[in-house]
Amino acid sequence: MSNDIRIKKGLDIKLKGEAEKTVEQAIISNYCTVRPEDFHGVIPKLVAKEGSSVEAGGTLFYNKANEVIKFSSPVSGKVVEIVRGPKRRIDAIKIEADKKQSYRDFGALSLDSAGADEVKAKLLESGCWPFVKQRPYDVIADPEKSPKAIFISGYASAPLAADLDFTLQGKEAELQAAVTALSKLTEGKVHLAVGRKSNSPLAGLTGVTLHKVSGPHPSGNVGTLINKIDPVNKGEVVWTVAAQDLVIIGELLLTGRFNAERVVALAGSSVQKPRYFKTLIGSEVATLIYDKGVEKGGHDRIISGNVLSGKQIKPDGALDYYSNVVTIIPEGDDYEFFGWNKPVFNKVSTSRALTFSWLNPKKEYDLNTNTNGEHRAFVVTGGYEEVFPLDIYPLQILKACMYKDLDEMEALGMYEVAPEDFALTEFVCVSKQPHQKIIREGLDLMLKEIG
Amino acid sequence: MGLKKKLHDFKIKNKDKKWLPAFSAIHTFLFLPDETTHNGTHIKAADDLKRTMNTVIMAMIPCLIFGMFNAGYQHHLALGEIQAVTGSFFSAEFWTMDNFMVGFWKILPLVIVSYGVGLGIEFIFAIIKGHEVEEGYLVTGMLVPLIVPVDIPLWMLAVAVIFGVVIGKEVFGGTGMNILNPALTIRAFLFFAYPTWMSGDKVWVHGAVERDQAIAAGENLDAISGETILGVLAQGKEVAYSTADMFLGFIPGSVGETSTVLILLGGLFLIFTKIGSWRIMLSSVLGAVVMGLIFNQVASAGIISDSSKFYGLMSAPFWEHLIIGGFAFGTVFMATDPVTASQTNKGKWIYGFLVGFISILIRVFNPAYPEGVMLAILLMNVFAPTIDHYVVQGNVKRRLKRVKVKTA
Repeated sequence: MSNDIRIKKGLDIKLKGEAEKTVEQAIISNYCTVRPEDFHGVIPKLVAKEGSSVEAGGTLFYNKANEVIKFSSPVSGKVVEIVRGPKRRIDAIKIEADKKQSYRDFGALSLDSAGADEVKAKLLESGCWPFVKQRPYDVIADPEKSPKAIFISGYASAPLAADLDFTLQGKEAELQAAVTALSKLTEGKVHLAVGRKSNSPLAGLTGVTLHKVSGPHPSGNVGTLINKIDPVNKGEVVWTVAAQDLVIIGELLLTGRFNAERVVALAGSSVQKPRYFKTLIGSEVATLIYDKGVEKGGHDRIISGNVLSGKQIKPDGALDYYSNVVTIIPEGDDYEFFGWNKPVFNKVSTSRALTFSWLNPKKEYDLNTNTNGEHRAFVVTGGYEEVFPLDIYPLQILKACMYKDLDEMEALGMYEVAPEDFALTEFVCVSKQPHQKIIREGLDLMLKEIG
Repeated sequence: MGLKKKLHDFKIKNKDKKWLPAFSAIHTFLFLPDETTHNGTHIKAADDLKRTMNTVIMAMIPCLIFGMFNAGYQHHLALGEIQAVTGSFFSAEFWTMDNFMVGFWKILPLVIVSYGVGLGIEFIFAIIKGHEVEEGYLVTGMLVPLIVPVDIPLWMLAVAVIFGVVIGKEVFGGTGMNILNPALTIRAFLFFAYPTWMSGDKVWVHGAVERDQAIAAGENLDAISGETILGVLAQGKEVAYSTADMFLGFIPGSVGETSTVLILLGGLFLIFTKIGSWRIMLSSVLGAVVMGLIFNQVASAGIISDSSKFYGLMSAPFWEHLIIGGFAFGTVFMATDPVTASQTNKGKWIYGFLVGFISILIRVFNPAYPEGVMLAILLMNVFAPTIDHYVVQGNVKRRLKRVKVKTA
């Protein structure tokens, strides 16, 4: 069954430096870093002590609040350092990778006979559970709850995103195993979206409800999918899994190995030769950018993730647990003479206030990290709605989050959203307000107060 | 490049000083700041609030320049020194240096006082409250000289600006937080505090008040009368101006409100740049047309007699209301203020329609002061949050209904 979803509201931001469709094997990273902050809301309880050895798939830590949720090491090796921040918060776990990788064997699962509990136990034990996220609150799914549906987006519409049609090629068996297993965890459907014109390997899967999406970003966001198909109501839960993580889940179910390998795009206007790499979660980004990557001594922003909702990392930082793209763009910490009133041809804008990106919608831009203006109170109205396809009032829900009115947040649809849904409104915001942060803090408050 | 570096060093050196916002306001006026994104979106669109405000100002500049010519033209015409223009927008009698200089020297001080006093207060509040100087006043400061009579004494304007900015805006928390349009708050203050300078038949033409005083002092001169068309209609007299005069703007009135054609161009520019809300502008015109048509029907059906004091304005053809008085200016530049208008798209339709509708309503039923745009917009400013509330409730109800359908 195929259902078309067409999005009209949104914005495709075309940037220079799209990854060329060739995959290289990245050199093996000597160190692997896992940062607990990738898992929002998780307070880690360490299992792996400094100096101890772990196998790939071996537990590094578990969630203090829900001890069944374990987090696995992407590599086998020795835990060399636990990096701590203020109040002894665990910032990162650094593992020195063995030359020869050894995998913990979790045992393959026979998908024909396995029930929901077995699937769940397998995912939890192997550390694959963190790939399953839930809404409301956009956090790792609570295994106790039963979702009304599971959503997977196989269409990446964000700027410079890794093309999932390309990165998932040849992984049909793993993908099928993963969705078959996931479909046992819900009484509802597994909704899967692919681009309307794509030849995604996901399109051939069975046991899923397939949707073909088209239109500008955020048409590929899983949040858009949920809102258009089956929005989350109060008291309901849906789960989401990123398409590239299905591969890891699938491989675990088929072989019993936690193989953290992932095809990652290296993109952005600062990259000399943007292309795809096969690498492991937690690998140092230096292993991707040392050759034909960024210019030495360049002044660049390295982002683990896409330019709209990724995380800034240092040149010695590592690929985070969920991203399949590393984007590098120039920093923009320079002044621009009369930059606020002269005609602008080299930046993206949704208005036409002497900004001319509307003349040439196909042009690729080289944007930097300058905010193009200062932070202000909300003044302009109507601009967010143009790029926000969800049936929610964006300005009103942001304001409700700012003044922390829980009833209003709930009434306006807070259970349905994740910070990334507000990435485009943040991009176009004339007042340069941090929308994603506002939403994240709002969700955290609701999680704490309502649960 | 030297200036850029010097200003940057100065900013860094004085970053703890209390007066830094005042410096930053000038610094960011010269240079788009060097701020970068942190986490969140790493790239941002080109528009900021300065650019947005600047676009509105650009749309108003033609009205300002026309206003200067018109002030001189009305003055000279009233004195009988020149002939009335005939038809064409580019009439030679109108676009003379003579006309311009009269208006220029009358209106430039209004602009300077408006910006000087208003921005001064903004700077003071920014320093006291320790935030950046926000750009809201850039547009307000340009609106104010355009919506007052040309002869308004400067001290009155200064007092009104102080009132409008402090009570109308800063007490609510500054730009983005105010309930009422600040420019209209300033005008409303003038209107209620100094009504003799804001209405009647003497204030719209430069020199009329002076001449009146001279006559009162015993000099033997002809009085200058420069009534607005609305004033004439309210008294049931014959209008001396042609439709073309009204549309092109060769009529007495507040400085910038007279030329409907230039306001229309400014409005189209704002719609094209997506800065102004076409929803509000269009629905306001619709509202005015509907109200005008209703009045026309009432007048032609003989429900009120032609001796009624409302008859003159009621029987004026509905489309004439769009091109006389402050309706066009208010609709394009004041009703569309995003802070004080409705903020939802559906709300904007309702809000705009009511602005237009009530403008004409007040205009007709207020023969002592035949203009209603200012009061209509201020009234709707107050109701805009209520309109939004009900629009948003529609969304909330839909969401609740979804749950009920499920559980039923």
